[in-house]
Amino acid sequence: MRIKPQIADKIATTIFNIVAGILVLLLVFFAGYLIYRGKSKLNLDFLTSEPNSIEAGGGIGPPLFNSIYMVVLSMAISLPIGLAAGIYMAEYAKPSKVTKMIRFCIEALASLPSIVIGLFGFLVFVQMTGWSFNLLSGALAVSLLNLPVITRISEDAVRNVPLSVKEASLALGATHWQTIVKVMIPCAIPGLVTGLILTSGRVFGEAAALIFTSGVSGYPLDFTNFNPFDSSSPLNPFRPAETLAVFIWKVNSEGTAPDARTVADGAAAVLIICVFIFNIASRVFGTLLNKRFAGKTNN
Amino acid sequence: MDKNLKLYTKDLNLFYGSTQALKNVTVDIEKNKVTALIGPSGCGKSTFLKTLNRMNDLVHNVKITGEVYLDGSNVYEEFDVVDLRKKVGMVFQKPNPFPMSIYENIAYGPKIHGIKSKSRLDEIVEKSLIASALWDEVKDRLKQNALGLSGGQQQRLCIARVLAVEPEVVLMDEPTSALDPLSTLKIEDLIDELKENYTIVIVTHNMQQAGRISDNTAFFLHGQIVEYDQTEKIFSMPSDKRTEDYITGRFG
Repeated sequence: MRIKPQIADKIATTIFNIVAGILVLLLVFFAGYLIYRGKSKLNLDFLTSEPNSIEAGGGIGPPLFNSIYMVVLSMAISLPIGLAAGIYMAEYAKPSKVTKMIRFCIEALASLPSIVIGLFGFLVFVQMTGWSFNLLSGALAVSLLNLPVITRISEDAVRNVPLSVKEASLALGATHWQTIVKVMIPCAIPGLVTGLILTSGRVFGEAAALIFTSGVSGYPLDFTNFNPFDSSSPLNPFRPAETLAVFIWKVNSEGTAPDARTVADGAAAVLIICVFIFNIASRVFGTLLNKRFAGKTNN
Repeated sequence: MDKNLKLYTKDLNLFYGSTQALKNVTVDIEKNKVTALIGPSGCGKSTFLKTLNRMNDLVHNVKITGEVYLDGSNVYEEFDVVDLRKKVGMVFQKPNPFPMSIYENIAYGPKIHGIKSKSRLDEIVEKSLIASALWDEVKDRLKQNALGLSGGQQQRLCIARVLAVEPEVVLMDEPTSALDPLSTLKIEDLIDELKENYTIVIVTHNMQQAGRISDNTAFFLHGQIVEYDQTEKIFSMPSDKRTEDYITGRFG
């Protein structure tokens, strides 16, 4: 029997709604479960105190700070390179075999599993450099992971700038470079910011690439020490530093404190809340910036 | 035709890949006159316009032979493209303001050409907006985003933006085709005023408009100029049958 098109349409709509619903439910269930499990730990004391591997009552202060610092460091490395590469791909690369090759490399890099990047980072940034486990090596490894993503985001953002705006600038006698810097990048900012915040969220949750590069331990930190060359200063990029995600992995697999399980749950809740914050922030900023550069769609 | 020439082309041919878009176009454009380019869609009039400020340089796979002269100098050989575009400004079909404030839109050109003084920029912005008949409407909101203006205002802003770099020639590519009749009228009045100080070349597929505003008219067909003469003559007694057919609306 042939199904009437109207009925087929209804069935398709229903199926898509159900699939979308399942996705939302999964997320709500997952996040809800994590936050529910960790909610007893969601307090300032837990967020700021030192981890304790022997007694109960340890916190996640240093790992949380390390994660934030890791985001900053890795962005400082990968943003300039990725942005430059994205601008190159969008504005300078002519359609050719070389460009295709570059694009293939970027895509291949993007699909490397993070554990492979981690082991590569261990070999290159930890052993070959002789630096041992440290924040910077971790940041370099994560940058490798980010670079293709940021390149892609930048390329798309620059490509999405309406041609008419670019033409207007060139027709006024601006050079290509002036046009890129003064018109195209400002126009691309909403897209860039949204993408970058989402990427930061990914760095924040990254564990596999960091276990072998920034390490699973940390010196006791003195948060009143602002000398970045001192090993107890939190700002020192050459100290081993477990990030929040690595800390969760470690506590879960080899935690020795009597409350290891609750600490891990609490840390996981904090992590997922942070990732949510990154996502929401990217939405809010994206909308705000789009409003500011209003009517990007007008052209 | 008197020979107070600003621009002229000689045997200009343009190819997009293997398609020839312009065939032996030879035109003299007079100083301080409005020259209209008319013809059906795809006849090459916009392409021709873009050869005058080398906007075709942006398109891949374009080959140009022949010559374009501005004030007697070859545009493709003796001019740096930046200097050329400073002298030959362009207004596009759709208003394309930058997503910045009204002030920044106008100041953009002078800034990239090295003017830094705030008072000088203020002066240029005011002068340009007055010249484009927009000043009274926007003087109290120069800091607002230009995209908040109406289409007609945006187009006059784009004209002001071109005037701010003090060009000698202004190219206009169907500047009113996206505008309502009232805004169109304002732009046409503006063009009439501007020709005192500028040489204007305007592409239009609105024949009444060409008749109203231009001194000379070139009729393009299939990449060639069929007829080029004083507008009055083209519209009253065209010498070519095809021109007559087009003008009387028999095709196009």
